[in-house]
Amino acid sequence: MKARYHAPFAERGTNAVDADIANRLLKIALDKGGDYADLFFEYSVSGSYAYDEQILKSARRAVSMGLGVRVMKGDATGYAYCEDFSFDAMKQAAETAAQIAAGGQPVAPLGVSMRGGPSRYPVSIESLDVDGEAKKAILERADRAARASDPRVVRVDASFAESVREILIANSLGQLAHDRQPLIRFGIHVIAEDGGNRQSGSSGGGGRMGLEYFDDKTPEWHAEQAVQQALLMLDAREAPAGEMDVVLAPGDSGILLHEAVGHGLEADFNRKKTSNYSERIGEEVASPLCTVVDDASLRGSRGSINVDDEGQLPTRSVLIEHGVLRGYMQDRHSADFFGTTPNGHGRRQSFRSHPMPRMTNTMLLGGQDSPEDIIRSVRHGVYAKKFGGGQVDISNGNFVFSLTEGYLIEDGRVTAPLKGVNLIGNGPEAMRNVVMLGHDFEVSDGIWTCGKEGQSVPVGVGCPTIKIASMTVGGTQVAGG
Amino acid sequence: MSKVEEEGEALVDLGRSVVERALAAGADVAEAGAHSGSHLSVKVRMGEPELVEEAGSRALGLRVMLGQRVASTYTSDLSEPGQRMLIEDAIELARLSESDEFAGAPDPAELSSQSQWADLDTFDEALSQISADEALERALCGERAAFDFDPRITNSEGASFTRARGVSALVTSGGFAGSECGTYASVVVNPVADDEGGKKRSGYHWSASRHYEDLEDSRAVGEEAARRTIAQLGAKKLPTQELPVIFDKDAARSILGLFAGCVLGGAIWRKSSYLVDRVGSSVASDLVDIVDDPLLPRAPGSRAFDGEGLLSRRNVVVAGGVLKTYLMDTYSARKLALKSTGSASRSPAGGVSPSTSNLILRPGSQSRDELVANTKHGFYVTGMMGFGFNGVTGDFSRGASGFLVQDGKLAAPVSEVTISLNLDQLLRRIDAVADDLDQRTAIASPTFRVSSMTLAGS
Repeated sequence: MKARYHAPFAERGTNAVDADIANRLLKIALDKGGDYADLFFEYSVSGSYAYDEQILKSARRAVSMGLGVRVMKGDATGYAYCEDFSFDAMKQAAETAAQIAAGGQPVAPLGVSMRGGPSRYPVSIESLDVDGEAKKAILERADRAARASDPRVVRVDASFAESVREILIANSLGQLAHDRQPLIRFGIHVIAEDGGNRQSGSSGGGGRMGLEYFDDKTPEWHAEQAVQQALLMLDAREAPAGEMDVVLAPGDSGILLHEAVGHGLEADFNRKKTSNYSERIGEEVASPLCTVVDDASLRGSRGSINVDDEGQLPTRSVLIEHGVLRGYMQDRHSADFFGTTPNGHGRRQSFRSHPMPRMTNTMLLGGQDSPEDIIRSVRHGVYAKKFGGGQVDISNGNFVFSLTEGYLIEDGRVTAPLKGVNLIGNGPEAMRNVVMLGHDFEVSDGIWTCGKEGQSVPVGVGCPTIKIASMTVGGTQVAGG
Repeated sequence: MSKVEEEGEALVDLGRSVVERALAAGADVAEAGAHSGSHLSVKVRMGEPELVEEAGSRALGLRVMLGQRVASTYTSDLSEPGQRMLIEDAIELARLSESDEFAGAPDPAELSSQSQWADLDTFDEALSQISADEALERALCGERAAFDFDPRITNSEGASFTRARGVSALVTSGGFAGSECGTYASVVVNPVADDEGGKKRSGYHWSASRHYEDLEDSRAVGEEAARRTIAQLGAKKLPTQELPVIFDKDAARSILGLFAGCVLGGAIWRKSSYLVDRVGSSVASDLVDIVDDPLLPRAPGSRAFDGEGLLSRRNVVVAGGVLKTYLMDTYSARKLALKSTGSASRSPAGGVSPSTSNLILRPGSQSRDELVANTKHGFYVTGMMGFGFNGVTGDFSRGASGFLVQDGKLAAPVSEVTISLNLDQLLRRIDAVADDLDQRTAIASPTFRVSSMTLAGS
């Protein structure tokens, strides 16, 4: 089946880009003496559907396309982009980017050859090619299920978003790479009211797949999760404040890894020596229980990619092995600096942005403990189940996470639901304080989006049940106060 | 006619043609937004250029209604096939949508026209003349000033300078046609210092303005960035306790931003705000006055007309602690059986929703230093982290850093703590407001003090 939306620069497109055109543009880009140049062609289409007050209230679609040209000279980058694929517009972008390297000898670019591998996106039919009625039906099912499940549910809204991003990358090393990256996400948000008390709950997920996602995680299942969360919150009590043991649920809690250690292992911060992991390869930086990997090859995960935005083929990067720091996530620039090869972490939000070292699917691998034993081992603490989001200060590793679902642990049992829980700590310290790891590793299907220097990219996370001895819980209830 | 006015006219013509074609294709209502812009952005690090980025862009956004079925589309592909797809997709999606009894364009009688629009002085032609070399020099000067300020500044995340200009047009089938333009410049310096235990402290400071002449000197920005970075060295947790909390103007702005999200009409009719049914009641201490003013000259959030073409107006949101109004577009006003406050914002992608323009918490009469001097014991917050806010309930809990206040003076630096209190309580407990408001941001507040909050630390 022919996709409805296809890139003008692709083979047989209206502005097909072949090796000859790429070579001419690369030659212009390097004409002022740059060391390296790449071309990033992108065509992306996204759609969204908002179901609200029992109707499909609005539907949206957006098309964005352009070419980003990057020229590097030493540590300096020249960047320019254009939004149409006429040769004149592309030539002008190449000339603008070339300015960074005034003077010097022109370099003749090499011939370009296509690289690639097996696809990591299990998509039979791209969601954008499926009739809109099918997506409307999914949203209706979610809405109906949420309303039917409890009379205290006063509001439901559900949304579905889909996109496909087609990219073509050519660089002055003679590499050419192409990818077509599909992505879907579903979300439901409910509000429950009981007397004057109003609370919200939500659930969502997705990945690089088609509508078959809903065969496994049905709209009804998500609706039930959201309603249960809102109802639990109606009974939630104020969270304790102070230091205590924290147990993280499997899957979603991987976001803590992403913030607490992931960012600090992006090679740009280490190249600049502004990360607290700088110059520490080979040192013990976490409890020996911890092995952390970033793996772009997971089938269908939100963070998975076949090629990165610099045309490299990413695999699985081992970052921390049994507590010892093994490596950083590299893009081309940092790999040149460290004298290594780029390992597929060069990503960018769009053709309007230059690439940086970024995560794909960041995971703490499973351990030996049973989740029940882990909870039983805690006298007074917090069980963190669902996370709203987090943030880290790379320079010292301090982080904060907000929980959307968390519970008190009392005498080895998960008891009352808590509201307004924040976890605050320091990445390296928290990683050293990992004292138990479950054998229940899980990849989250949550809708994680990572922001860095104003650029957002979709990512995935995963982890088992984790016990961290002593973390600061930011609630309102001061013990003994 | 100046060059930028011609650009505005051309975008209006483009918008008009898209609206006509959408109507011909079957739309009952069509509204097109056309945008063009360009920017130069440079970054330096350790005294060397790191990035020079320069580009221009154009885009079209379209919202259509078939009866009361709504859809919107966006494209950066302005070619004929690109425009055709924009219109066809919008019609197709509107057919899929279901009728919403509250949907509709504003009453044509409410639309504004050129003679009514205030000149807000948001465009500075001089900015577009700044070359990459000059931009690099401004950034280098800022970074150098940070290094020169204190030898403990040993590293840098860099310094950047950006200039941008944009022109937008809106054309609606109800009869509105207009364009506006703006420029923006900013300088940011981000030094790093080594702290004990191998930790580093990264701090920053920035200046931003509509006009080049209003931009703070790079040197001053760099020195302030260094001062802030050094001040955090040796930061420690505080013991868990209840205490008065002073939010400096950056942190205070962030608190005001949370309130902003809860006062928008969309959050109210969705019942996803703790401010539902609160107009006319007390939502803050009587020291608190909040206005949304789109008509301030040279301010970042100024606009002569709103995203639906209504005339912009100054709205008093909170007076003496009492909530006076929500901020509404046409749709949310209809949902609430009220009138639009001229607060519609249209996203480039074509969607319309209410937004704040320049939301300002009005300054008090004492200086920031006096406010601190009048605080015997407390926590002075300069930075917050994380997303711990629930608009439905107002529950607030965030990571914070800053300084311990002892006997009216800023003392030891503090980090890795959280502060918590429901936003409703927080605003009611404001017991002092300083006079240090500035206009760098569209949401702006002076320093204020909250009489008591929970701090969680060691």
